[in-house]
Amino acid sequence: MELTGAEIFVNCLRDEGVEYVFGYPGGAVLHIYDALYKQEDVKHVLVRHEQAATHAADGYARSTGRPGVALVTSGPGATNAVTGIATAYMDSIPLIVITGQVPTSLIGNDAFQEVDSVGITRPCVKHNFLVKDVRDLAVTMKKAFYVATTGRPGPVVIDIPKDVTAERCEYHYPEKVEMRSYNPVLKGNARQIRKAVELLLSARRPMIYTGGGVILDNASQPLTELTRRLGFPITNTLMGLGAYPATDRQFVGMLGMHGTYEANLAMHNCDVLLAVGARFDDRVTGNVEKFCPMAKIIHVDVDPASISKNVKVDIPIVGSVANVLTELLEQLDAADGEVDREALDVWWKQIEEWRSMDCLKYDRSSDVIKPQYVVEKLYEVTGGDAFITSDVGQHQMWAAQYYKFDKPRRWINSGGLGTMGFGMPAAMGVQLAHPDATVACITGEGSIQMCIQELSTIRQYGLPLKIICLNNGYLGMVRQWQEFFYQGRYAMSYMESLPDFVKLAESYGAMGMHIDKPGDVEAALKEAMQVRDRAVFLNFVTDSEENVYPMIPAGAGQNEMILV
Amino acid sequence: MRHIISILMENEAGALSRVAGLFSARGYNIESLTVAPTNDPSLSRMTLVTTGTDEILEQITKQLNKLIDVVKLQDMTEGEHIEREMMLLKVRVADTEARDEVKRLTDIFRGHIVDVTETIFTIELTGASDKLDAFIDSVDRFPILEVVRSGTIGISRGEKTLSI
Ligand SMILES: Cc1ncc(C[n+]2csc(CCOP(=O)(O)OP(=O)(O)O)c2C)c(N)n1
Repeated sequence: MELTGAEIFVNCLRDEGVEYVFGYPGGAVLHIYDALYKQEDVKHVLVRHEQAATHAADGYARSTGRPGVALVTSGPGATNAVTGIATAYMDSIPLIVITGQVPTSLIGNDAFQEVDSVGITRPCVKHNFLVKDVRDLAVTMKKAFYVATTGRPGPVVIDIPKDVTAERCEYHYPEKVEMRSYNPVLKGNARQIRKAVELLLSARRPMIYTGGGVILDNASQPLTELTRRLGFPITNTLMGLGAYPATDRQFVGMLGMHGTYEANLAMHNCDVLLAVGARFDDRVTGNVEKFCPMAKIIHVDVDPASISKNVKVDIPIVGSVANVLTELLEQLDAADGEVDREALDVWWKQIEEWRSMDCLKYDRSSDVIKPQYVVEKLYEVTGGDAFITSDVGQHQMWAAQYYKFDKPRRWINSGGLGTMGFGMPAAMGVQLAHPDATVACITGEGSIQMCIQELSTIRQYGLPLKIICLNNGYLGMVRQWQEFFYQGRYAMSYMESLPDFVKLAESYGAMGMHIDKPGDVEAALKEAMQVRDRAVFLNFVTDSEENVYPMIPAGAGQNEMILV
Repeated sequence: MRHIISILMENEAGALSRVAGLFSARGYNIESLTVAPTNDPSLSRMTLVTTGTDEILEQITKQLNKLIDVVKLQDMTEGEHIEREMMLLKVRVADTEARDEVKRLTDIFRGHIVDVTETIFTIELTGASDKLDAFIDSVDRFPILEVVRSGTIGISRGEKTLSI
């Protein structure tokens, strides 16, 4: 039987096992919406802005490991989605974004709501497609899912002109696709892995540094096993938190610009570094000239282009992180040598000394609410087992520092692009994927206003999100840089004319809470956790001039931290 | 150092802009770039001349390989290879003396005069890029009206091929 392009599209989603599509309708996608209307396999979630559609699909993907799907119309629909696409691209999140396009006969004519979606998104997608013939649609969809989810994952955009969604052809969804131009290397080179094992066993001051790649490849288990087997200290990047249990003794905290004293000093002083699924981002390395000056480096990554891009490494291993870690374990068992336990003990003594600096201490006796305190209490009240999304700014760093993630895919934030406005829509996707879980969005009064309209979506779908707004009255991270590097000239970092968040939340049918005393924090959080039939917006009035410590100023070395 | 990179890619709309976009987004140099279909019409072959340190070249080849449309690539400069570029050059030759001299230079460089008017020669010349540069230098004392160059193409010598 012949189906229309729109029907084929929906069937592809169904056959791909897609549960939710996050989207917003418009002229170019009306045939598709009509086809969605006539079926029940694929559920559509109506957002209030296309940016939120991509972030919600992204949150869904990050929390489940399955690709997220967003659907937007041509022109402004597509341009609104770009921020979310770029956000997913920077963090290598598998996303399928379908943009409607004007009919093929009008392409290039500056038609109503025409933009060159393929051109605009090219630099921020893993790949994109323009489907010009309905007969190519199903195979293109298959390719899109294949490309988005394999190798180093990433967003894929499919631009579909309106006439293609109306044309008809036979529907056949291919079981699998092969692309001669795309064959990611998944198995690590055995010789390189053997060399890595030798180097690891020769280490006297070893360090393991892992990033988002471990989470993307579901490799926490082999990573944890390897780390325990070796007894080495381990640090995670902002994107990698939860890959190794944060409450474990061997975990020395996050590294990088706002990493712990012990993690950054251990990096700086190590003699062998095992980097896994991480990309030596500038927020991690600081000044690359001063990065790990004594270390021989092993780098495991599925993306060859990530290896020796910023920092030259000694033993590159291209392959899927899970495969390579498993193979490392096997070869380690078969190896003759053993870890030098004596040297390791001395190293750990040194690290414990750094750790005893307690670099994350803050004033617990303050009579204004300290933002760190809210995150600590949230950790306690949720038993450390919530899904936490965040926006971008100081609150994001405090969330990363004070919520101890023991499991992967629980910490969901825009690390690469640093997109304010990400947190709440991402939390919608997380909550839909995990209806019974506690999902909290840690945000600031600046960030939350970038996608505040999604409170309406949250109401429509009855999502019991907890919005933890650390309201310091400032664009705090900007204010902090202005305090440190611009002699306190606070240009445009003060948020005047804030809305009454409690009333705002209430007007959207959510519960609003205003908390301004440290003594009320815990009770408020507990109360919020009981609410399951709607969202709760907790407006915490926090210390307006608190800073995030430690801090490595941009361009400084890992050992040049500003402490409290 | 100067490198000639040959790329086999899917002959798809937009493939060229992916390469061009990559170079501009990452700030790599392009000296020249040519592209045309091969004997297999589903494949295009692109030749790109770029300069950079070894580290930059390593990144360029990795990033190119990462493009989904790229099937295979080869840095010609790593092995024995033949490189060619074609040039058409229009020069004003006012008198017999000029005509004779330009004709003589064209012969020395094994070029051809492919179009002649009373005062203008159009010369076709093929060779490695530095040969074309040298020719331009040598006819420079006559008024050069126009130069068009194809950009470099290259192929490796002997058994080695870039094919699928
Ligand atoms: C879309 C976007 N615009 C601007 C920025 C730059 N920026 C980074 S942090 C920040 C301040 C965030 O303020 P707020 O959300 O109140 O959080 P706080 O730092 O106070 O915790 C800004 C403006 C950004 N990251 N994203």
